[in-house]
Amino acid sequence: MEEEKDDRFFQIMSDKIVESIVREFGELMISSLTEEQATYTAKLDDFSVQIVRYGWSISFVLKALTNFTEIIYEKMDEAEYLNEGNFQSHRDILTNWITPLNHSIVDAYSVVWEKTVSLQKIALQELSASLIPVFEKISVMPLVGTIDTERAKLIMENLLHGVVKHRAEVVLLDITGVPVVDTMVAHHIIQAADAVRLVGAKCMLVGIRPEIAQTIVTLGINLNDFTTTSTLQKGVEQALAMTNRAIVEVNI
Amino acid sequence: MNLRSSVDIITEWDIVAARQLGRNEAKEVGFGTVDQARITTAISELARNIYLYAGKGKIEIRQITDGNLRGLLVIASDKGPGIVDVRKVMEDGYTTSGGLGAGLPGVRRLMDDFKIETVLGEGTTISASKLLR
Repeated sequence: MEEEKDDRFFQIMSDKIVESIVREFGELMISSLTEEQATYTAKLDDFSVQIVRYGWSISFVLKALTNFTEIIYEKMDEAEYLNEGNFQSHRDILTNWITPLNHSIVDAYSVVWEKTVSLQKIALQELSASLIPVFEKISVMPLVGTIDTERAKLIMENLLHGVVKHRAEVVLLDITGVPVVDTMVAHHIIQAADAVRLVGAKCMLVGIRPEIAQTIVTLGINLNDFTTTSTLQKGVEQALAMTNRAIVEVNI
Repeated sequence: MNLRSSVDIITEWDIVAARQLGRNEAKEVGFGTVDQARITTAISELARNIYLYAGKGKIEIRQITDGNLRGLLVIASDKGPGIVDVRKVMEDGYTTSGGLGAGLPGVRRLMDDFKIETVLGEGTTISASKLLR
């Protein structure tokens, strides 16, 4: 690992950490020679997990391992230990030694990545689409972020379930946080609104930003069946009006 | 000046990557928010067409100059089945996938210049550009 000292990872790592990892690696190697297979494997896995936690890039770690192998060859060469006769068998021993090491490192990295991706997916789904009852008979679904096919399905499901559960008469779909409204997004919104109508509620589209309004018009998308407003606030006022209510100021 | 960058469209999320790239390029050229939204939406439509009909393809975005006007050229290319009736797909409301049928005619209206080259069985290349005025 010392060989890669000019690598940028070493510039941001303190010498102390690098030294401790190098020492640990040394101990691990000794353990692989002196201790039982099971003990070594457990130690190796711990080491890999720790390497991942330091945030080193996988290519750097694998390069370090390759360098380590090369150095061993060099040292054996310098000591004139290798000859034509024993080269093959030593190479096999070394390969059997280094390969599990590589595998363990790659495994540790991929496990972390897979976990990150699946956690993010869950987090995204939780953010996806929740229907919030704000007043009696009025619910709001704020949509934030990109809408893909999977999310569109989720929106539809949650919307219909929510409408029935909260006994909503007016549902406000807030698209303030949707960055792009293209024909697919519009199509999904229209379908969702149609479905909401079937379960006996009205759907309003709120939070239409000026630039989104212009692109919708240019695209030629027909939203005439919708009541639309620019902000959620205006939407709520209209929804109240639709259900024969209003917010009034009182003097006490 | 001819800066170019591209995004391969293979999964649905590549559509997001393509329009993110488009938005950044549009910002760099100096387009306002409305035109940024137009360009991003156009890229979104083109990228989705690739994803839906051709399976995979590429969105390329170039900064262009025409006289002393700067602009952005979007090229969507795929090696898909090609378009059977170009005149028909440019009609509002025509769709083969149950969508709104507003994609391609919409893109033509969102951008300044619009060209389709398509060969049946070989693929489609659509170029659309917009100039900063």
